[in-house]
Amino acid sequence: MLSLQIRGDNIIFASPTSFAGSDDPMLKHVHFNKVLLPVLLVAPQILITLVFFMWPAGQALYQSFLIEDAFGLSREFVWFENFQYLWHDEIYLQTFWRTAVFSALVAMLAMSIALILAGFAERVIKGAGAYRTLLIWPYAVAPVLAGALWVFMFNPTLGIFPFLLEKINIDWNHYLNGTQAMGLVVAAAAWKQIAYNFLFYLAAMQSIPKSVVEAAAIDGAGPLRRFWTITLPLVSPTTFFLLVINIVYAFFDTFGIIHAVTQGGPANATTILVYKVYSDGFVGLDLGGSAAQSVVLMFIVILMTVIQFRYVEKKVEY
Amino acid sequence: MASITLDSLTKSYGQTEVLHHIQGEIQHGEFIVIVGPSGCGKSTLLRMVAGLETVTSGQVSIGDKVINDLEPADRDIAMVFQNYALYPHMSVEQNMAYGLKIRKFPKAEIKRRVEQAADILEIRDYLKRKPRQLSGGQRQRVAMGRAIVRDPQVFLFDEPLSNLDAKLRVQMRLEIRKLQRRLGVTSIYVTHDQVEAMTLGDRLMVLNGGYVEQFGTPIEVYEKPASVFVAGFIGSPSMNFISAQASKGQLTLPDGTTLASNTSANGPVTLGMRPEHLKQHGSGPIQLEVDLPEQLGATTLVHGRISGTELPITASLNGIHAASSGDVLRFDAPVEQMHIFDAQTGKRIE
Ligand SMILES: Nc1ncnc2c1ncn2[C@@H]1O[C@H](COP(=O)(O)OP(=O)(O)O)[C@@H](O)[C@H]1O
Ligand SMILES: [Mg+2]
Repeated sequence: MLSLQIRGDNIIFASPTSFAGSDDPMLKHVHFNKVLLPVLLVAPQILITLVFFMWPAGQALYQSFLIEDAFGLSREFVWFENFQYLWHDEIYLQTFWRTAVFSALVAMLAMSIALILAGFAERVIKGAGAYRTLLIWPYAVAPVLAGALWVFMFNPTLGIFPFLLEKINIDWNHYLNGTQAMGLVVAAAAWKQIAYNFLFYLAAMQSIPKSVVEAAAIDGAGPLRRFWTITLPLVSPTTFFLLVINIVYAFFDTFGIIHAVTQGGPANATTILVYKVYSDGFVGLDLGGSAAQSVVLMFIVILMTVIQFRYVEKKVEY
Repeated sequence: MASITLDSLTKSYGQTEVLHHIQGEIQHGEFIVIVGPSGCGKSTLLRMVAGLETVTSGQVSIGDKVINDLEPADRDIAMVFQNYALYPHMSVEQNMAYGLKIRKFPKAEIKRRVEQAADILEIRDYLKRKPRQLSGGQRQRVAMGRAIVRDPQVFLFDEPLSNLDAKLRVQMRLEIRKLQRRLGVTSIYVTHDQVEAMTLGDRLMVLNGGYVEQFGTPIEVYEKPASVFVAGFIGSPSMNFISAQASKGQLTLPDGTTLASNTSANGPVTLGMRPEHLKQHGSGPIQLEVDLPEQLGATTLVHGRISGTELPITASLNGIHAASSGDVLRFDAPVEQMHIFDAQTGKRIE
């Protein structure tokens, strides 16, 4: 069921590659076996998709219509009962709301910091290479490791940050304080995504013609004003694209971080939808309910993918 | 007073010096064209005046104020870029108003100025459009409009017409000239096109490899080119160059032909003759063996060689002329239209 997080990305990223070079005129002169070769070439991808994405998705869908007893001895087909239950489950609805807040915070934090850093990186002349490379590193860190890093830094008894925070009279303990725990997972999740956003923003800024920015400088706009009135509007297509990507990331790809940092606690304060799928299914052993939740998530992914294609492909107008 | 002074202006990128001690005085209201082949440093020079490039050494002043260290915004200049550099997300109106808004002009004044500029440039109908909905010529006008609404002390143009088609270029060239006359704003205009330079400039600064070869009026530059480079660059078709030996006022060409001249030089020189100054004459000393005649309608260009040599030479004849390959035409070389240059340095010898 956790494969859902990968599935979310796969739907979005698979399509550009699947068109590549389909009608290259060079290929027309060479005659391979018209059926066998193409089939052989796409077979591995199709096989992987079927085994790792379609099959578990089908299983989840099927599973979501069943109720299984606690010992796994009998199962009953109950149609939409699992979904009805979710709809009335106060805790589930709270989780929904929490996930929305979490995603919004992660996306906003990761995007605004990346935007500012990219704005600076554009102006850096000396050591630009090193600066950019360092900024990209966090993206290469595995989510669980990123989480572990933050756990160490913020460990209430051993960590450096609680020690420093104590000096300004802040009592840090994310094992007990839900708000602090949420802040910590938001920070860790955003930190990992900044690098990705940074790359996109930097590329977008570099594609703005230099003379446009120079014209604004001659027109009297200082650096800050140029950033607000020229750079920001001109990177707005990237902003929209990243918004969708970041929300998808916060929804599905932050499992590792949450698992390492808070395990959804304290008292479910950091349990977001994906995490609840896991904890209800594998810890609570409510397989049907968990499957129903993952089906809901599946529809959210589909919805976001549609938004992505409808609007991002068309480019935001300016 | 918006005169501009360039005093020993030098620019280096790292170890490479690309502009060498540029010297020049530009009067208030003058239209100066900086002309030269691609890569000679024209844009760099203009951008130093604009404040978009730092000055390595020397001084730029506007009026009697040194502006080396002023931000572009504080120099009271406006610039028109080769690619127009319009703000793509703003309408034509917003593009023109941007600089005024930043300078906190009252709304009514902004509106008045934008409309006035739009009327002058005949872009009133497009005020609400975005740049991408305009043709190249219209964008060019908007870029000009953005420059004139600000009513700056100095206009800077960096090859503003090079992205337009030939016909539009001629039309816009005239308009820019008229506009500049009307507004009387000191202007520096960069181009690699010598026709543009000749027609636009009150004076031309001919640049080559980062050096000023000559700074003078178009007629001066045409009639008394200071060097072989200027002579070959300005004027179309290009001047003919023949190496020659000078002694006692006589020139001896490599094929043995002798020409009368009034030069005081002695020894090896380069003789320059414009194609349009060669006079066809039945017994003229210069014998041109035709390779290829080019019929242009008003004139005929005859490309060929000096008989019995491989020295290329071109003559321009009035009207339609029936010359064909292999014919030998004879020309006179009028003494007063000869240009004599030092064979070593390429500098003009009077
Ligand atoms: N940013 C730069 N770094 C290094 N060299 C440069 C830079 N900009 C221009 N140059 C060099 O300076 C010279 C003049 O360039 P430029 O002023 O753009 O020429 P032009 O406008 O006359 O075609 C060229 O040889 C170019 O290679
Ligand atoms: Mg240039």
